[in-house]
Amino acid sequence: MRDIFKIALLFSTIRLATPLLLASLGGLWSERSGVINIALEGLLLAGAFTAAVVTHLLHNPWLGLTAAILAGMATALVHAFVCITCKADQVVSGMAINILFLGLPALLSGAFFDSTGATPQIPKDQLLPIAPIVMAFALVPITWYVLNRTRFGLRLRAVGENPEAADTAGIRVEAIRYAGVILSGALAAIGGAYLSIGQSSLFTRNMSAGRGFIALAALIFGKWRPVQTMLACLLFGLAEAITIQMQGVTPIPVEFIQMIPYVLTIVVLAGFIGLSRPPRALGLPYEKKR
Amino acid sequence: MIELRNITKRFGNVLANDRVSLKVEPGTIHAIVGENGAGKSTAMRIAYGFYSADDGEILVDGVAQRIASPQDAISRHIGMVHQHFMLVETMTVAENIVLGAEPGSVAALDLKGAEAQVRRLSEELGLAVDPRAPISDLSVGQQQRVELLKALYRQARLLILDEPTAVLTPQEVAELFAILRRMREQGKTVVIITHKLSEVLELSDDVTVMRDGKVVGYLKTKETNAAEIARLMVGRDVLLRVEKKPAQPAATVLEVQDLKVTAADRTRRLDGVSFTVRAGEIVGIAGVEGNGQTELIEAIAGLVPAARTSGSIRLAGDDISGPSGLDARQRKEKGIAHIPEDRHRRGLLLDFDLAENSILGVQRSRPMAVGPGGVWLDEAAIHQRAERIVHDFDVRPPNIALPARSLSGGNQQKLIIGRELDLHPRLLLVAQPTRGVDIGAIEFIHRQILALRDSGCAVLLVSAELEEVTALADRLLVLHQGKIVREVDPARTTTAEIGLLMTGGAPA
Amino acid sequence: MKLLRQLIYPLLAVAAAFLVGSVFILLIGDDPIETYSLLIGSALSWPDGIGYTLFYATPLIFTGLAVAVAFRCGLLNIGAEGQLIAAAFATAWAGITFAGLPAWLLIPLCCLAAMGTGAVWAGVPGVLRARFGAHEVITTIMMNFIAVALASYFTQYHYKKEGDAILQTVPIGESGHIARFGKFLPGFPERIPLNLAFVLALVACVLVWIFLWRTRWGYEIRATGANPAAAAYGGISTARQIVLAMAVSGSLAGMVGIGEVLGYRYRYYDGFSAGYGFTGIAVALLGRNHPVGVLLAALLFGAFLRGALFVDIFTEHVSKDLVLVLQGVIILFVASEALFRGRAARLERGKV
Repeated sequence: MRDIFKIALLFSTIRLATPLLLASLGGLWSERSGVINIALEGLLLAGAFTAAVVTHLLHNPWLGLTAAILAGMATALVHAFVCITCKADQVVSGMAINILFLGLPALLSGAFFDSTGATPQIPKDQLLPIAPIVMAFALVPITWYVLNRTRFGLRLRAVGENPEAADTAGIRVEAIRYAGVILSGALAAIGGAYLSIGQSSLFTRNMSAGRGFIALAALIFGKWRPVQTMLACLLFGLAEAITIQMQGVTPIPVEFIQMIPYVLTIVVLAGFIGLSRPPRALGLPYEKKR
Repeated sequence: MIELRNITKRFGNVLANDRVSLKVEPGTIHAIVGENGAGKSTAMRIAYGFYSADDGEILVDGVAQRIASPQDAISRHIGMVHQHFMLVETMTVAENIVLGAEPGSVAALDLKGAEAQVRRLSEELGLAVDPRAPISDLSVGQQQRVELLKALYRQARLLILDEPTAVLTPQEVAELFAILRRMREQGKTVVIITHKLSEVLELSDDVTVMRDGKVVGYLKTKETNAAEIARLMVGRDVLLRVEKKPAQPAATVLEVQDLKVTAADRTRRLDGVSFTVRAGEIVGIAGVEGNGQTELIEAIAGLVPAARTSGSIRLAGDDISGPSGLDARQRKEKGIAHIPEDRHRRGLLLDFDLAENSILGVQRSRPMAVGPGGVWLDEAAIHQRAERIVHDFDVRPPNIALPARSLSGGNQQKLIIGRELDLHPRLLLVAQPTRGVDIGAIEFIHRQILALRDSGCAVLLVSAELEEVTALADRLLVLHQGKIVREVDPARTTTAEIGLLMTGGAPA
Repeated sequence: MKLLRQLIYPLLAVAAAFLVGSVFILLIGDDPIETYSLLIGSALSWPDGIGYTLFYATPLIFTGLAVAVAFRCGLLNIGAEGQLIAAAFATAWAGITFAGLPAWLLIPLCCLAAMGTGAVWAGVPGVLRARFGAHEVITTIMMNFIAVALASYFTQYHYKKEGDAILQTVPIGESGHIARFGKFLPGFPERIPLNLAFVLALVACVLVWIFLWRTRWGYEIRATGANPAAAAYGGISTARQIVLAMAVSGSLAGMVGIGEVLGYRYRYYDGFSAGYGFTGIAVALLGRNHPVGVLLAALLFGAFLRGALFVDIFTEHVSKDLVLVLQGVIILFVASEALFRGRAARLERGKV
């Protein structure tokens, strides 16, 4: 009986860690190239909403997933443009996107589906409960390999540490940063799609519930490296899994239990950020004096 | 080999290059000299494609070329070693060298192949480096070798070096010069940008002199001398010595005992330094940058956390250091003024106006602030004082409502000096007082420092310009690797001897 | 002339937002012109339009000032939402617990509860940032979630009337009520909840201006935000300024509770905030982190909030979420405008 409890907890942890992992791997690509990506929350919502809507309309979750990825990339492109070309404050830009996606899905779904709260339910056989999980965990070694063993990864890392050095070596700094940010949009959107058409069967307003920020904390905790980030996401996933298990079982009021992941994030950040060394050029727009 | 014709470049309303034309013959070492801000780096960065000229053309081997990016320059076999190294600290030597032209395929980086190539290249050229070492482990001289290898890996036939000796010890400089001569023998062309005349005379075949964005002279090194080049650089005969009255030192103002400073990365930057400075004298600190000068000044000013310092600092007998010591603000109140070496980073709030900058450091004291704890800022008093400082110290334009950013380097420095001297300090800490400052302001600043000393203030002066520090100081302490190697009398010691001490050597 | 130049970019940002908004409105199948006329028109009518606009502007002035003060120190306070929720609950708690006290004691007490709670709610992330380098964006957002959870809990289990279906506390004491404009302005109905808290908000604008530009504290905060290394040289402790700025910011956000609890609902009402904390970010940015700009931007967004309800009801498809979309676009445009201005320095952010 205990074993079933433990196995259930393990599966639960993996399932709950998946959207975090996808979002934080996305964040990794952006931030290792030097662009802060606070917009992970908004990107999750963009992916979740698009996946739900397209799956509902076309009855095919793979098309929904693809559409979500495209939506994520398009949104990330806006963030990239504002941060890289317009050299805006990257944190502010990220928050703008988050605010945008607090409202945009509701606006659109209110018009098309007569409900600002949720999109229509999707039948069970049109969901993707497993594929995103596999994608998420497969992306960890893939990310490691591309980052450390390919030309693109080397250049991206250089751009994030010392863009001037990369520039003098003939590398196109802005192009690589655009790639990093757009990639982050794609990955985060898969995470969002999992939320709406994998873990549940529709999109509800604000369904990411702060996961984008928790993913960012996991990224910091994981020192911007793929494997460590994965472990951090599993930790947060475990915390959430335990939270769910505890509800109704202990006398602690449900509101306090719900607070656990958020308190954990604060503790992690306060305790561990000093040990993390971010990419040197993170957050600094590259100004070429041409 | 390479020729610039009528190159013109503007940055905002500063004309950095004004119809610059120069020609570098193949197989020579060509020096481009000028003061800070003469436009030398700008011209070469244009040649390297890092900047793009507003007008003019570049010819390589006689053929006009379009060099719009470093990639273009690299493909034309032009390489550049910049003043501030362009290295990624977390990556290895090999990764840095091959960056941008990596061996292997798109899907798989050939790191082993890269390391082998680097090893081979470094042996061929006699530039020993370990390809697998992370850059953060290397010394400055070794890092520069990596920069050279980077250019040579890309098959540079023309090598441009921008102020390569600024951070090297004299021994490393000699090694570098040997390498450059070897390259010339191998048929490569070298352009070296510098403001140090001794290097020009020792190393180069030809010299192009620039001043205020224009080329003012082209000479064959063998046919000229230091005085002539200096005159071209500055536009008039340079007084290499400053008019100075003999010092009249009085009581001890600053006493430093066994001062040690550790940096945030746990390295020991200052390793047990002891000296005194008396009222009415200027004590100069000579040394290659990075040997502890910055930490010394900041520790005395109170800007280094107490946890990272040990030893004692006494001001007129009172111990101001240690856990119960005074912080930066309190030290200022006690009469320690500080002119920081990096005025943009430490000394100014660039987007604030001159008035608000004039109270930085004293914002709590009368008459700037009134009320309990100095809470209310007295606008009228602040403005009055700011106007006075701007007037007395010849800050131009004399408009205290302008943002500090809009002032030139020299005027910014004058504002800071005025602000600090207005404290009527007992001790003045000053680092790199004339860096990035135009000639007219330099003389003014030197006179101010000497006047302060004559009025009885104690002055601790750090400068990377050996000529400046030997001209101004009454006593000279040579700093090397965080220790005081020797105290010398600047009037009786040659620059060569001081230079030797700066590397840890011992003259007879 | 200089004023005109200051106004151009914010106006451009608003215009751009309207443009992007119309794209979405068209996509949904409505008429942008009609929608926008409804939006603006309903905000300008008398007395309801103007009255509600000013009423909604009140909390936005507070949160706008809060975010602006934090920005001046180089900090991004996303937690105004959580701070105002925690503060509002504390205000109600004070109003309930000390209900017997006379007005001249109870009202200041409640105000103190509001400002104090807000200050603490923001101060904690401030300390975490100052001591541990934990980025305030993430910690304040986490505090938002925690505030909502705690307020809901306490309301549900300790302060709700038995059997009340709505998640709200019992009412505060009568002596805690702040007068509505209708009470003393002839011809102005009392049903419009515009109350004296609006006057308090205007006073807050003046006080913030004095604080930032006429006190040494404000100078030190601004210096820290502009150049922490130079501020340190000037004897200013970065850590202390961060905590101070966050605390002041939080207490400003907390003042929302005063208007909400003492002047409008006279209790804590779960979900009362229409995203005032997040809108405050847009208000601060659009107002260029200056009290006058904040006031103007708050009026604009107050008008949006008022008009959004009408748009929601009277258009075929457009919901009040349009306002969030407009907000997001405005922030994007204002942020991008840094391309044209000289970039202002930012406190070297704990890298996020």
